[in-house]
This record gives sequence, C-alpha cells and structure tokens, in this order.
Amino acid sequence: MKKQGVGARLIRKEDDRYMRGRGEFVGDIRLAGMQDAAFVRSPLAHARIKSIKVPDDLAGCVFTAADLDEVKPITAVTALPGFKPSDQPVLARGKVRHVGELVAICIAPDRAEAEDMAARVEIDFDALPAVHDMLMAREKDSALVHDHWGDNIFLETLVDDDMKAAAGEAAVKVTRAFSTARQCMSPIEGRGAIAHWDGRLEQLTVHSSTQMPHIVRSGLSECLGIDHGAIRVIAPDVGGGFGYKGILLPEEVCLAWAAMHLGHLVRWLEDRRENLTASANCREHHYVVTAYADKEGKLLGIDAEATVDSGAYSAYPFSACLEAAQVASILPGVYDFPHYRCHTFSAATNKAPILPYRGVARTGVCFAMELMIDAVARELDMEPTDVRMKNLVRPEQMPFDNITNKHFDSGDYPEALRRTVEAIDLTAVRQRQKKGESDGRVIGVGFAMYCEQAAHGTSVYAGWGIPMVPGHEQANARLTPDGGLEIRIGAHSHGQGLETTLSQVANEVLGIAHDKIKVVHGDTAFTPYSTGTWGSRCMVMSGGAVAEACDQLAERARGIAAKMLQCKPTDITLKDNRAIGPSGELTIEEIAYIWYRRPQDLPPDVNPSGLEVTAGYKPERDSGTFSYAAHAALLAVDTLTGEVEILDYVIVEDGGVLVNPMIVDGQIFGGAAQGVGTALYEEMRFDADAQPLASTLSDYLLPGPAEIPSIRVFHMETPSPYTRFGVKGIGEGGAIAPPAAITNAINDALKPMGAELTMSPVTPRRIVEAIVAARSEKETAA
Amino acid sequence: MKPVAFDYARPRGIAQVLELLDANPAAKILAGGQTLGPMLNLRLVQPELLIDITRIAELVEVNENDDIYAIGACVTHAAIEDGRVRDPANGFLRRVASGIAYRAVRTRGTIGGSLSHADPAADWLSALLVLGGELEIAHAGGMRRAALHGFVKGAMETDLGAVELVTAIHVPRGSRVARHGFHKICRKTGEFAEAIGAVTTDTDTGFFRMVAAGGSEQPVLFDDPKPLFKNGDPLDAGSFDMDMAMDALREAGMEPDEYELRIRAVAMSRALQEAMSP
Repeated sequence: MKKQGVGARLIRKEDDRYMRGRGEFVGDIRLAGMQDAAFVRSPLAHARIKSIKVPDDLAGCVFTAADLDEVKPITAVTALPGFKPSDQPVLARGKVRHVGELVAICIAPDRAEAEDMAARVEIDFDALPAVHDMLMAREKDSALVHDHWGDNIFLETLVDDDMKAAAGEAAVKVTRAFSTARQCMSPIEGRGAIAHWDGRLEQLTVHSSTQMPHIVRSGLSECLGIDHGAIRVIAPDVGGGFGYKGILLPEEVCLAWAAMHLGHLVRWLEDRRENLTASANCREHHYVVTAYADKEGKLLGIDAEATVDSGAYSAYPFSACLEAAQVASILPGVYDFPHYRCHTFSAATNKAPILPYRGVARTGVCFAMELMIDAVARELDMEPTDVRMKNLVRPEQMPFDNITNKHFDSGDYPEALRRTVEAIDLTAVRQRQKKGESDGRVIGVGFAMYCEQAAHGTSVYAGWGIPMVPGHEQANARLTPDGGLEIRIGAHSHGQGLETTLSQVANEVLGIAHDKIKVVHGDTAFTPYSTGTWGSRCMVMSGGAVAEACDQLAERARGIAAKMLQCKPTDITLKDNRAIGPSGELTIEEIAYIWYRRPQDLPPDVNPSGLEVTAGYKPERDSGTFSYAAHAALLAVDTLTGEVEILDYVIVEDGGVLVNPMIVDGQIFGGAAQGVGTALYEEMRFDADAQPLASTLSDYLLPGPAEIPSIRVFHMETPSPYTRFGVKGIGEGGAIAPPAAITNAINDALKPMGAELTMSPVTPRRIVEAIVAARSEKETAA
Repeated sequence: MKPVAFDYARPRGIAQVLELLDANPAAKILAGGQTLGPMLNLRLVQPELLIDITRIAELVEVNENDDIYAIGACVTHAAIEDGRVRDPANGFLRRVASGIAYRAVRTRGTIGGSLSHADPAADWLSALLVLGGELEIAHAGGMRRAALHGFVKGAMETDLGAVELVTAIHVPRGSRVARHGFHKICRKTGEFAEAIGAVTTDTDTGFFRMVAAGGSEQPVLFDDPKPLFKNGDPLDAGSFDMDMAMDALREAGMEPDEYELRIRAVAMSRALQEAMSP
C-alpha cells in the first residue's frame, strides 16, 4: 500500500464533492414548510429609536424587540481587569449602535416578499452623533456608544517597562504611526441558517454555516434560556469561514426564536450587502511605535501604543478585546530585545463589532513591527534583512520564552530568512535597481517575518476568560462491522481538508486504508463537544485526539486478534489493514466482523468495551505551537499611476511536521491571497456619520486571480517538541505577512524619492500622494 | 437583495417596445442586464415592467453599406471581441471590447445597453466618443440620429426620451492609416475604470481627437487637442504635457481631486503613446 499516513501528499477526499458541485451548503438545503426571513436593519450608525411602526396587515410576520422580550442579549465578557461588557440585543432595543444592526425580523414564503415587508416597516429615529473613528472615540468629549460607560473603552491594557534604559544606550530612536484599514471577511458563502422546532423531540435544530457548532449551541442556549440538550446545531458544508463563521450572530438567535414560536421552519441567507455593511468587520488597528536601536541595528527597546477599533459590541465568543489583548503579547514578533512597553486600547465605535479574521491581530502586528524594522534600517542605512538577522531569536535559544512570556517551541528563524533572501536573490535585485527599468517603473524588494501561536489552550485562554476556554479535545473512533473506520470530531472542516488529514492520522496509527475511513463532523448530535475550528488548532488538537482514540482502538483490536491468534496483544502488529501475529494474521475486517457479527466465536473473557472509543488529548504543553515564516516580495511600482505589479513572491515556512504538504501549500496560497487583499485592495471606509461606504464587491475590492502572483513556497520542518507527530498549526500564517512584505517592498522602491507608506491597503492613490508629498517636502527643504 | 415584483415582456419588434414604453411610464428596457441586474437586486431601480429586447432580430444585426456601418444595439461585447462583427476601426473596437469587465459580463452585456446607460466610466462611451460615433434612436414618429457627443448629458444622463429606444450605433469608417489608442487605469482586472484615455488619429483625413474619462464625471472630448501639447503638434507625442493636459481638463469642467485628474492625464498620455507606437 502506498503511504497514506502522516506526510503523504494525498488528494483531498472532500474535493470530489466540492469540485463536482455536489457539496451541500445551507443554501442548498430544502426542507418542507420553510419560509424566508429578511431583516429590517438600521440605516443609521447611532440613533435613539422613538417608535417602530409595523403595518397592521403584517402582524404575525414581522417581529421587533418588544416581541422577543424573553430573549437575552448576546454577551461576551472577558475576565481581563477593567473590561466593560456590552449587551448586544438580538433586535435593537431603545438605541441602534451601528449601521445594519437588526431592528425587526420579517418572515414570508420567500425572500423577495420578506424584503417587501421589511421595506414597509417605519422606524422613527432620533439621530445621535456617531463615533466613526477609534482615536476620536478615545477623546474625552466623544459621543458615547454605551451611555453608562462614561467613555468608549472596552478595555485598556499596559505592559509597562522603563524605556529610559533603552533610550540611554540607543544610537537611533525611530517613531512611526501605522494603521490598517477596516476589512470585511469575504467567504464565498455568506452566513446562513435554518431553524426548526421539532415537536416530537422537543428540540430546536439549527442548520448554520458555522465553524463552531458546539459554541453556537451554547450561545443559543444562553440567549433563549433552553437546555443544551434541547438544541442541535448542524454545520453542513461551509463555504469558507476565516473567523466570520466562528461568531454567534443575532440573526441565528432571531431565527431560533421565530421557529420556536411560529411552528414552521425559518431560513435566512446572508446576502453580500448584509455581509459588507452590517457584519463581517475585522482588522482595523492603529499604532504609534518607537524603536530604540544601537548603531549596529540591534534593537534595545520597543515602545508602542495600539488602538483597535472594536466596533459597537463584544462579539460572542471571542469578545471585543481579543485583538488588542493579543497585540500586546505578540507585537515583539520573532525578535529578542530587552525592553518593551505596550499600551493598548479596545475602543468602542458605531461600527459593526470587530470579529477575528484569519491571522487574528497578527496581520496588523506584523505590519507594525516589520515596517518598523525597515524604518530602523532606513535610519541606519542598513539592509533591512541585516537588521532582522541581528535581532531574530536564534535556534540555540529554543525553546525560548520571549519578553511577553510567549513560549516559542522550536525553529530556526535566521535560516528561514537566509533561504528567503537567497530565493528572491537579493543581490541580483540590488543590481537591477541600480540599472533601472526600461519601462520607467521602479522596483523594490521587501521582507516580513512572523511566528504564529496556534492550538493554544487552557493556560492561555483561561487568563482571557472569554465565554469559550478550550480544554482537552475529544475524538471518537469506531470500527464498523465491515472493517471501516468512522472518526467523529467536534471541530469543523471547511477548507482545511480535515476529512483527509485526520484519515491520514488514523491510517498512521491503525493502518486502515484511507478510502475506508470516514470523518464525521459538523453536528452536535453526533460529535464530541469541541470549541470548534479556530486558532489553527485542528491538526494539533483534533489530530492528537484522533491519534489517541485510534491508539486505544488499536489496543482493543489487538486484544481481539490476540484471542483469535492465541498470542499476547503485544505480539500483534497492525499494518496495511491487517493484524499480524507470530503465527498468523487477521484482517481488520475480520476482527470487526467477529466482534459485531460473530460474537459466539469470542472467548468469554474478551474486553467488553468493544470497538468504539472516545478519547481526549492535549499537548504536553498547551501554550501553543509556533510555526513561522519569512516572506519576500519583489514588485514594480508605476510612480505616475501608483499601480503595483508583484513580480515574485517567496515564502519559506516552517509548520513542523506536515501531515499533508499539498494541503499546507493550499492553505498558504489561500492565506497569502487574502494577505494581498489586505496589502493592496481591501478597505471598508466610513464617513463621519459612520456610514460604511461600500455595499457591493465593486466598491469593496477583493483581489481576483489576475491580482494574485505566482507564489513560491519552500518548507522547513522543525517538529514541535510538544505535540503528537510534531505537528504545528499552520492554517492562518499565509495571511499574516503579505501586507508587511509588500509595503516594505513598495517603500524600498520609493526610497530614492523619500516616500514611505504606513497605512494598508497601499492603494495607487496613497502611493502617488506619498510621492507628491515627498517631492514637495524636498522642494520646501531646498 | 431581491428585486421588487415586476412584469416581464419580450416583444419581437421595435414598434411593440415603443408601445409598451408608452403605456408604462415605470417600464425599464432590459438588454444584457449586466448593470440593470444588480441594480434590480439592490432595489436601486424598482420597475413595474421589464421589456427584454434581446430577441428582436434587427437589434443584433450589423447594417453595412457604402455609407454607413451600424452595429445593432443588442450586439454583445463578446461578439465584437471575437470578431463576429467586422471592426471598421482597424481592430480598435475588438481591443476595447476585450477589455470590458470579465468575459462573463461581455457574453451578455451589449453595446447599446452600455451607451444608453451612459456610465461615464464605461469603455464604450469613451471609445465611441473618440471615434465620433452616432446613435440611431427609434421613436413613435420614426428614427433619429444623434451624435454620441451631445447625447450624453452627464453621468448616466442622456437625452433619450421616455418613449425612445437606441437601436444601433453608427461607427465612422476611418481610413486605412487611422490609428487608435485606448488606456484604462483600474484597480483590478474587470473593474470599472478609474481613468480612461482614448486617442484616434487619421493623417489622411486630419482627424485627431482625444478623450479623457474617469470617476463619475462626464468624459471630456478634445476634438482639437493642440492645447495639450507643448509645441501644439498632436502628432509629436513627445510634446504631450501632463500639466497642460490637467489644466485643459480643469478648463473643460472636470473637478476631481489632484490624483484623479493626474491619472486621467496619464491615461491620455499612454493612449497617445499606444496610438503613435509603430
């Protein structure tokens, strides 16, 4: 049998149905008696609701907060000291706090009719001044998003240090302000749900496009005040998650309430306008960073102030503070330096709540830190890669506890950088730059590095104290009577390829052929509890749990085989679908057949537990695995139009032992494509009334195939010392570094003109404006 | 994002279209639907009746004789791109067609629909303005011809009457030596242009025109582009002057910000380079 275990480059099992259009997403599900919901949403960012008028003929089809009296608001607290909780009403009560906030639910036989109803609901508002900017939100005289708070700060944190020590020794002090635009996560499939009350089972069933079905169940239970046991959440095929599907939405709670009260099924499918204007917000950070360095480029200290625009409410379960709290702990990145101070603010504004997006906080942090490294290099007239090399954590320091007590488990960061420099051929680029381009453009090269904590568990999340703290992860493994294997996990696969990679793990342990293994996920009725798919955790956590369950199952299979082969269980080897003993062998199929269909052949003292196991797993240390990478971009800038063409893009990545390198490549490509979006295209702008200025994908630009460069990925493989097989989480990394690498490359290209960009996305307009500003600055100076 | 309820008619002749328009002031013409479709879904238009004109045979024909070359209003961008319709402008129409949005859009989108909608950022508007295109318009009393320049009154604003239908686009035949340039600046493949420059020059006839377009402002046509050139000679591409071009655009009434104005001038300059390159 060809190798099908850990390390095999197998074609993804799930792609057969995806590529043939046979997947089943929420929008494909047809259930009898299903009606459609449309929502009346707030057109204003901040206003008091004076009255809501529902036309008389719509009674029984349109519901407002007054109808949902017994439903509790969505509340996601954290245990971090000073945190101010927000209550997110599922339908607005008294006040609206962002454009798109739900005010009423309208239910009709189809969506068009439901939208007709929504258009007839009249709301009388008293407009209030909107808080549209996170820095203005922090000011004393700002309007208040939550009146009783007294300010607009969800949470303020401070990692303090005496920066005088760093300043005293420093040859240079460099200060920069950075900002990253608000983005909207854009999975191809939006959110969507169907809610159904089953009178016989006395159970609410919710089909939801979610990456965390068990967490949605907990959230629904808390808001609706019904037992977990009375709720079943099914996540069918999900068309991309990226974090957006890890959130309990008020829409889901409204649908559940409606199904429980109306006696028929209710469906809502998010459309792109709702996705863009009302919901999928992420990424908006602002930084002021000062770096102190000696004249060799060695960093002596970093002093930062970071603000995250958290939006109006604390989203469930990740809270309004996950981003800023992480910023403080991960800003130092892959570097080792002695002094660090970081002051963070999670600011409330009249925008949709900020949600975690692939790379959570790291994309912004990497942008700030990696642009800072280049700024220091510029100040010292050094090659930016030399400054990086001087400050990277070295392999002999591993495992390494950094300045914020992050425990870097393993790796060789300098080697990743060296390989990247070689692959992009820095020397050749510098020569080419001297020669100039025949088409009049200027070229630049930029680098960025990060490390990515993944699969971090109890010890990390208990401190944050959000509604969801991951513990041990469970998996269930069951041999079927025909010798097949069923694996059940509580996490969800929606692009990660877990149906394939977890089969590989099971194959590695049990030797059962890949095509005889079925991975079941996405249904709270069939799977063990799990916090779900987030934080690049599944390969480590579900993979570890599957291995553990398979280990125990192997024990049981060996036990039965030993009885039949009249040897000791320890004499049995499982390989290629067979249990091989000293004097004979059985196939797995035969073992299963005997257990299930011919128990009369078994001796009476056989272990009665059978061929089904639920087992749990946690790595030896649960502080997380640290995969890491170096990215390099080579690009050309048209200085007249500001257009950018990426000429080459290199990624050297270390994700520990790779279960399926082909899937990892796919994850990296997908993440990097999103990173290109962050770097050059994606931006949700707001006006002074906090109105989102894009409502379609022709205003909110996503990169398409023509905008994504051909990416060259190279792997290093340093196993994690703490996890089963040495795997590390790797799913998010691709999205982290591109904004920094690309912006550094643009700044490298523009260096002779004295222009420097510090905001993402780096649009053509911003490039031209920076060039013009640098030119006029030069002229003024002259 | 679902349209309001509307009726749908698919007449077989132009006369019927005019009758339906006359009887239903809240009717909308549906050609390729590539703009109207999304606008319906966003409820930005809420018609009572959609009149689908794509099955009217004469609207997908090309009418050609010694005097005229008229492309039916419902000819798709893809038909032009693929050369299924002869290009009287030495390949210029094919090239412009091939750069419109995405292939999927080009397969359904029509030249008449684009010009009737008159989005200032649309490719056909600039391309046919620079060529000196004319529209053939059906009305109750018969047919009229209107120069595209003048027909467009502003962004998405034309002098098309409520009971009128654009039936064909007349494209002037250039001489064999006519040269053209078209440069579009847009954020990503397939998006509407941030800036367009278009140039046509015919040394046989002395015809030399340039167009600049962008944003939501009406395109500007220079039928005498001398003021854009340092030495006043449009055939000397090297003397095209960005600052003079920006001044001229301002004078012509364009009021965008500095960046937008700049890239419109760049687009003109690059269209010129293309037209003049060997």
